[in-house]
Amino acid sequence: MPIQPLIDAATAAETMADVKPPLAAQEARVEASRCLFCFDAPCIMACPTGIDVPTFIRKITTDNVVGAARTILEANVLGASCARVCPTQMLCEGACVMLDLEKDPIQIGRLQRFATDHVAANRIDVLTAPQIKDAGRVAVLGAGPAGLGCAAELARLGYAVTVYDRKPAGGGLNTYGIAVYKMRPEVSLDEVRMIERLGVEFRYGVEVGRDVQCADLARDCDAIFIGIGLGGANRLGIPGEDLPEVVDALEFIDWIHTRPLEQVPVGRRVAVLGCGNTAIDAVTQAKRLGAEEATIIYRRGPAEMSAYAFEYDLAKMDGATFLFDTMPVEVLAADGHVSALRLARTVVRDGRVEVVPGSEWTQPCDLVLKAVGQEKQVRLLERLFPGLKLDRQGRVEHDPATMRTSLSTVFVGGDAANGGREVVNAVAEGKKAARGIHAMLTGKAVTGPVQPSRHGTADGATGSGFNHPIRVHELEAALTKG
Amino acid sequence: MADLSIDFAGIKSPNPFWVASGPPSNTAYQAHRAFEAGWGGVVWKTIGEPIVNVSSRYSGLTLGGMRLAGFNNIELISDRSPETNFREIADVKKRWPKHAVIASLMVDTRERWHEFVTRSADCGADGIELNFGCPHGMCERGMGSAVGQNPDVAETIVGWVMEKATIPVIVKLTPNITNVVYAARAAKKAGAHAISLINTINSITNVNLDTLVPEPFVAGRSSHGGYCGPAVKPIALNMVHACAADPQVGLPISGIGGIGTWRDAAEFVALGSTSLQVCTAIMHHGFRIVEDMTDGLSAYLDSKGMRSLAELRGRAVPQVGNWQQLDLHYKRVARIDYEKCIGCNLCHIACEDGAHQCIDLVDAAPYGLGPGRVPGKPVPKVRENDCVGCNLCSIVCPVDGCITMTPVDTGRPPMTWHDYQAGLAAGTIQPILPHP
Repeated sequence: MPIQPLIDAATAAETMADVKPPLAAQEARVEASRCLFCFDAPCIMACPTGIDVPTFIRKITTDNVVGAARTILEANVLGASCARVCPTQMLCEGACVMLDLEKDPIQIGRLQRFATDHVAANRIDVLTAPQIKDAGRVAVLGAGPAGLGCAAELARLGYAVTVYDRKPAGGGLNTYGIAVYKMRPEVSLDEVRMIERLGVEFRYGVEVGRDVQCADLARDCDAIFIGIGLGGANRLGIPGEDLPEVVDALEFIDWIHTRPLEQVPVGRRVAVLGCGNTAIDAVTQAKRLGAEEATIIYRRGPAEMSAYAFEYDLAKMDGATFLFDTMPVEVLAADGHVSALRLARTVVRDGRVEVVPGSEWTQPCDLVLKAVGQEKQVRLLERLFPGLKLDRQGRVEHDPATMRTSLSTVFVGGDAANGGREVVNAVAEGKKAARGIHAMLTGKAVTGPVQPSRHGTADGATGSGFNHPIRVHELEAALTKG
Repeated sequence: MADLSIDFAGIKSPNPFWVASGPPSNTAYQAHRAFEAGWGGVVWKTIGEPIVNVSSRYSGLTLGGMRLAGFNNIELISDRSPETNFREIADVKKRWPKHAVIASLMVDTRERWHEFVTRSADCGADGIELNFGCPHGMCERGMGSAVGQNPDVAETIVGWVMEKATIPVIVKLTPNITNVVYAARAAKKAGAHAISLINTINSITNVNLDTLVPEPFVAGRSSHGGYCGPAVKPIALNMVHACAADPQVGLPISGIGGIGTWRDAAEFVALGSTSLQVCTAIMHHGFRIVEDMTDGLSAYLDSKGMRSLAELRGRAVPQVGNWQQLDLHYKRVARIDYEKCIGCNLCHIACEDGAHQCIDLVDAAPYGLGPGRVPGKPVPKVRENDCVGCNLCSIVCPVDGCITMTPVDTGRPPMTWHDYQAGLAAGTIQPILPHP
């Protein structure tokens, strides 16, 4: 049976509502007043974009909400989407000193949403850019978080920037690939419009290499930024993979963003392959859109899943089930449509997954969502930029301080550079690349505001997350220690 | 259980907690509720020629989310007739014979004072409090703080009162004065039996930044009011101490000003108060707060082995004196407990920008990391040689017991400013060098 929509609009509005609702003004002030206003605060260090969190929170306590938004957006132009999609428990909130006082950390994400919602709702532009863009010309490939981070920073530095994207709208995965209960696509589209108002030009529906040639861009521009992210889902390499109801999880999430919720087709019995954060987004939304059963199938154990613990908890609360140490060996069909998965138990030996012989069984299902990682766009990159160096995992090699690639006027950021990390990492890398481009063209470094101290400028202070992103495992180690 | 009963200049009360003269002591109904809740006394809202009030009347100071950290009012004395007030006092006394009911009075002429003093005694009040402190509305008419600010006038009026007084007379002092002790001495000189302090402080709590009219807003205007509540306690404690320590005053003191808990109360008693008056805390939370005040004060006295309030009274007075009596050779330094430090660095920035630049941010490695401290994040470290022991870091630190101000032995004997001056004059000591 082909899959069909399962719920009406009213139900969908309820099930897909914000899991973290906005704070009311008084709630925000009360929460903000809990902040200790740390100096050289760990939350700043934990933020890849180095938002001066204590300063923006203090501004909320004084009812200077526009100023709070300015503090946020000057450091992170996608502050509104990061407020919703950042794994704050692993970043700013995970570093909050309140945890050491046995108290709940300050709800930095929700406060950030409060401030950025305020300026968005009141149509207040807090960022400014020179009207005349005479500093230089830059082409940005990809209108996702990395491209937007780069484009906005360049526009503010006076560059003429054109962003190319093959989609009909900007925002990248922020617009097309985030669970709706975390963020509505309108939030991301609003951010794109804000960046347009900074003077950035966007060209949509453009495939670079087909509609626009890189050689032309290289001739016309002073620099090119690669923010093309990752490609489609990795192949499973099993029979039945090309049946119509075997779908990339990101494609399924794209349907949710591009159709009315009551028109999104969902299986009654959905199987999600993989156990990263995209798998969680897919399984949870399938459940919320009316699937009777939604099961994560993962070939390793829970200790090895890449989904964050709080995402795993959310999926379990939504009634998703988990089959660990299990892998698909075949997708079965009836009348040309998916009818079941042939599964097998697995065991990990010397780090490699092996099928347990004779353990196979058949589980009925009518929709298979692949969330087994996205392909690197190796062939595309090799075609667009001959001579561009990639590492063994297909990531674009770059200088971590400037995001400059092996080609002197080509810079990179986001998933194409880091292999797939958070939105906030992409924005930070885009911003860093913009500063790298500026430094290359002018010889002048751009630094964010720093807190002065007796020891000269405090390197560990504002913006340090930008230079020294805290890796999640380091933070986790610090959190669990003692 | 320690004995909380008091004898205040002859006014007996089962405990030291009195409802201060103000909105909570406006009616017999409120007095009944107060006594039912456990208050020891009520100082009636000031009785005088009936006045007319405005709408609105109060404003509050909110600090860091704490409402009524300070409080301001432009309400005048009782707007009820003296007949009603004296009749209700008589009713209340009948029902609560062992509790204290004090008539607060404010009138102008000698004849009026005589009349109101007599009527107070006639209705059965246990004492009289003279309102020489109200800083708004009445002072412009030559009453309230206009009297309290001029010791000569105060002395004259207390004299009029004493001509007719048959029950104890308390003079309520205003803090809106250069030195409250002169007013207290005037009260003593004229024969008053006790003093109470402080009345409210002249104030404007805040300006509405949309209308540019402060609250309380009255038809597009506002007026200076009387400030009280938790934020005034330090000012009140200082003035209570000044009166308690002055040998020429020597009167029982009823402490007023920001008292809301038994701890506040114990501090006022330790600085010389016998009874304690409360208004703002009642206006915030109601009469029920007295339960913890009596319970907590009693438990505190028990824990210190004191059998009555009298054993606590004035015990902190001798330790407070002039700066010249302090030991110039005493030194304490800040010590940080790294087990407790959460890495907020508020001590560092307070010392760096606001004090004496002796807390560095250094590599955390030798001190270990707190459970949530981010790797690579520096920790604060005190340079003890440069620390002047100012206390600032320990005041701003959000963690109890994390920064301890620890005395260090300077190896030098105690030396006061007086000793220092004498030693310099005699040539027996070297001058202390100026700070570099």
